[in-house]
Amino acid sequence: MRLLPLIASAIVTTALVFTLNIQLKIGNAKAPRLGYFLSPQHGFWKNAEKIDANFDASIVANELQGNVDVYVDDRLVPHIYADHDQDAYFVQGYLHAKFRLWQMDFETRVASGRLSEIAGADKLPIDRMFRRLGMVYGAEKTEANINETNPTMKATVDAYTAGVNAYIKQLDPADLPFEFKLMNYAPEDWTPKKTYLFLMFMSYDLTGRSASVDLQMTNTRDYLGYDLFDKLYTNHQDSLDPIIPKGTVYEKPSIVPVKPLNADSAYLHKANSLAFNAVDMPEAPDKNNGSNNWAVAGSKTKSGRPILCSDPHLGLNLPSLWYEIQITTPTHSTYGASFPGSPAVIIGFNDSLAWGVTNAGRDVLDYYEIKFKDSNRNEYWFNGAWKATTKRTEVIKVKDSADVVEDIAMTHWGPTMFDAHYQNTQSNGRNLAVQWTALTASTGVETFYLLNRAKNYDDYLHAISLWTCPGQNFVLATKSGDIAIKQQGSFVARWERQGDFIMPGEDTSFQWQGIIPTNENPMIKNPERGFVSSANQKSTDASYPYYLGAASAFPLYRGISVNMHLKNMSQITAEDMQTLQTDNYNVFAATARPALMKYIQVDKLSSDAKRMVNEMNNWDLYNSVNAKGITCFKIIWDSVEQAVWGDELSGSAIPLLKPEASVLLDQMLKDTNWSIADDIRTKNIVEDLKTQVTLGVEKATEKLLALEKENKLEWALFKATRVLHLTKTPALSRLDLPIGGGVNIINATTENHGPSWRMVVHLTDEIEAYGLYPGGQSGNPGSPYYDTFVNYWAAGKYYRLLFLSKDKLKQSERTKWHMQFQKSNS
Amino acid sequence: MKFIISILLVALLTYAIGIYGNLPWWSFVITNLLIAVAIPQKPLMAFAAGAIGVGLLWAGLALGIDLANNHILSTKVATILPLKGSYSSLIILTALVGAILGGLASLTGSFVRAHKS
Repeated sequence: MRLLPLIASAIVTTALVFTLNIQLKIGNAKAPRLGYFLSPQHGFWKNAEKIDANFDASIVANELQGNVDVYVDDRLVPHIYADHDQDAYFVQGYLHAKFRLWQMDFETRVASGRLSEIAGADKLPIDRMFRRLGMVYGAEKTEANINETNPTMKATVDAYTAGVNAYIKQLDPADLPFEFKLMNYAPEDWTPKKTYLFLMFMSYDLTGRSASVDLQMTNTRDYLGYDLFDKLYTNHQDSLDPIIPKGTVYEKPSIVPVKPLNADSAYLHKANSLAFNAVDMPEAPDKNNGSNNWAVAGSKTKSGRPILCSDPHLGLNLPSLWYEIQITTPTHSTYGASFPGSPAVIIGFNDSLAWGVTNAGRDVLDYYEIKFKDSNRNEYWFNGAWKATTKRTEVIKVKDSADVVEDIAMTHWGPTMFDAHYQNTQSNGRNLAVQWTALTASTGVETFYLLNRAKNYDDYLHAISLWTCPGQNFVLATKSGDIAIKQQGSFVARWERQGDFIMPGEDTSFQWQGIIPTNENPMIKNPERGFVSSANQKSTDASYPYYLGAASAFPLYRGISVNMHLKNMSQITAEDMQTLQTDNYNVFAATARPALMKYIQVDKLSSDAKRMVNEMNNWDLYNSVNAKGITCFKIIWDSVEQAVWGDELSGSAIPLLKPEASVLLDQMLKDTNWSIADDIRTKNIVEDLKTQVTLGVEKATEKLLALEKENKLEWALFKATRVLHLTKTPALSRLDLPIGGGVNIINATTENHGPSWRMVVHLTDEIEAYGLYPGGQSGNPGSPYYDTFVNYWAAGKYYRLLFLSKDKLKQSERTKWHMQFQKSNS
Repeated sequence: MKFIISILLVALLTYAIGIYGNLPWWSFVITNLLIAVAIPQKPLMAFAAGAIGVGLLWAGLALGIDLANNHILSTKVATILPLKGSYSSLIILTALVGAILGGLASLTGSFVRAHKS
């Protein structure tokens, strides 16, 4: 009898299949289904791409109107040549999917609050936040707006969507992108809504900091009182060098926002003290989300033709946010960086002109405090009467757990983000509705669609006038010799400090009094100084008739550095511009170091502290890879800041906002006896800046000695710049890159943030363009093209971009592969 | 002879059924079982044939893929899994998983036959 062994063996076999077919837990993370994952015909091995892979392909797609040729160059950049515009976007969608499908899925999941669905309840805080902020609501409004009013853009996004789905449809399950296998889920069909969700994410990334900062500002003001708050978080910036040169005369504003009479009292009200369970606050978008861009006129260049530069500073991720592409159709020929998830080129150039963007940093998101009639939240108090809410239900699916339902009360301001059901560590028990320009129907990517086709300054001006959110500084240079920059978006006409804090929402007095007409947005064309530039600083000086927003949203020093260099340069070449884009000069330290030295009481320092101060003092002021002086400077500066205002800010149960470095520096330069310097915790002693700075140096020395022991004093080792995989998995990331730069530096590379697409375009007859991003064209961690550009990027090198007509490109020795897209087999 | 034929058949059918990406990754369990039923062997021999057939196939496939890929992906996966970044450990693990499951499937099949006779 072999029945018993049969049963035993069958059970063991089944149990093993079962075990290898489920996701076991490794530590906190879920492991992939091991059997599936390791199977060489199903799992990750299938994603290990041959290093000499051939990307030739022949694809039949009935959705096409004609045939499309794609030539792929040695960096895996596709050059699309299509006879019809919509065909080009179909193929762009197909290629984005072919090389970046998982990232497209993941990023739109983040934007729409659907991470819990694949990753479990751990991701609920971020999902809930995005749902309640109205991310899905905003995307739906944009989609409805495009569908109703803009057939061309609808056709464009539809063609793009069809392209993505054509790829998904032919995808063998065994060839799913690596991360789907790792995380054990499958891609869904693409939809136009996902494209708009992706754009909502960019709006959040570039304007969503207000969702955190407005709360922090409110709490900080409540803690310190307005007078002290206004000293530490002043809106005055002594050293501002604005985008539009100082002294420019602005026309009379068409809207004169009026500050409510009761603002001083009503706007300083204290927080409620309701009991509540606070969820952790998801990480706000990076404060350094910004960018540099500039254009120099022919009068300053060697060739007599303009040169345009753009480098958006964003989180550094693999797969990269960017994907390089050339799109050539009978209507236009354009090259640049595109967003996987969206049609068209976002930052780039065509055969007539080049454009780039930096973030405007303007405040376009406000909170209004809501008084509900009762806990049903069906009515709220407005203008002396109860006004009805509508309810928006958002269902969050959670892996291995029950659904979570967000029942959001919609007010005329916008969604009620915070109420009794949802509070975070900063919202302090309040009911808060969000008003945000990203939630009013946007025009999608129409601006970029039109910029791709723009021939001249007027086309540019028209294209960008349609842009709503996130507000950007659009820089332009044309072959015909024009340069220009304009700050464009839907900007609120604000009175001073309007929207910096939570506003009363019980009547109309604090409401937005209008959107600034686009022709009143700051702009400049062909200025005498021969260049235009922006680096996220305030766009204008105080003579501009509208309030730009709290100063903390506008970094000062990169702009000063860019303008200082550009002013002094002449006979500029494209190479000079590359050097400037990767410049590591620390203009902040250039002012702050002598200021520090003035206050340090050297004779009171320990010998180690003296050594560190010497290291800082002998430093050449460049944040280069091997410099130790910058590490000493940074740690000393941070420590001095802590000594100066650590006392004022300590003691609050809620973490408060840190004042800007420029506030302390401006005071140090003024050499006054500043009352803030006194440590309010020491009752009988009045500390001055000298005492505090010296104390700061001693404290810093402890940290510096520890770093020295670990051999981490050299800047790049200390900073440890990394390009992180979107799941933050170290093995799929590039860590500890040898790159200089930092905050306040033109080469704005910090720990996980920095120049995400460096581009230099020389507007000669045959356009001479250079560029790269810290990633690779393939999103597949198993491809040699996954991180191809990272080392080059870290070293500050550039690739010459291939921008050629079809005939020339076919013959280029850098062209490696040919993908044919055909309408049918015939 | 039976033993060799079994191994070859196991490897061949495991490979063939693995081509169909829509079928589950463990489909070879069924083919192994059927082979062991069709070609009766002692349990230990059946296990060995199943294990060697699948194990060698998976090792060979993984090795071939890995060489053509210059270990780019295997090094990363061997860090995630965690195998200290050793691609050879990962190939061995791949082969072991295939071998153990393949062997057990064939063993079960051999008992079916033994039970019938």
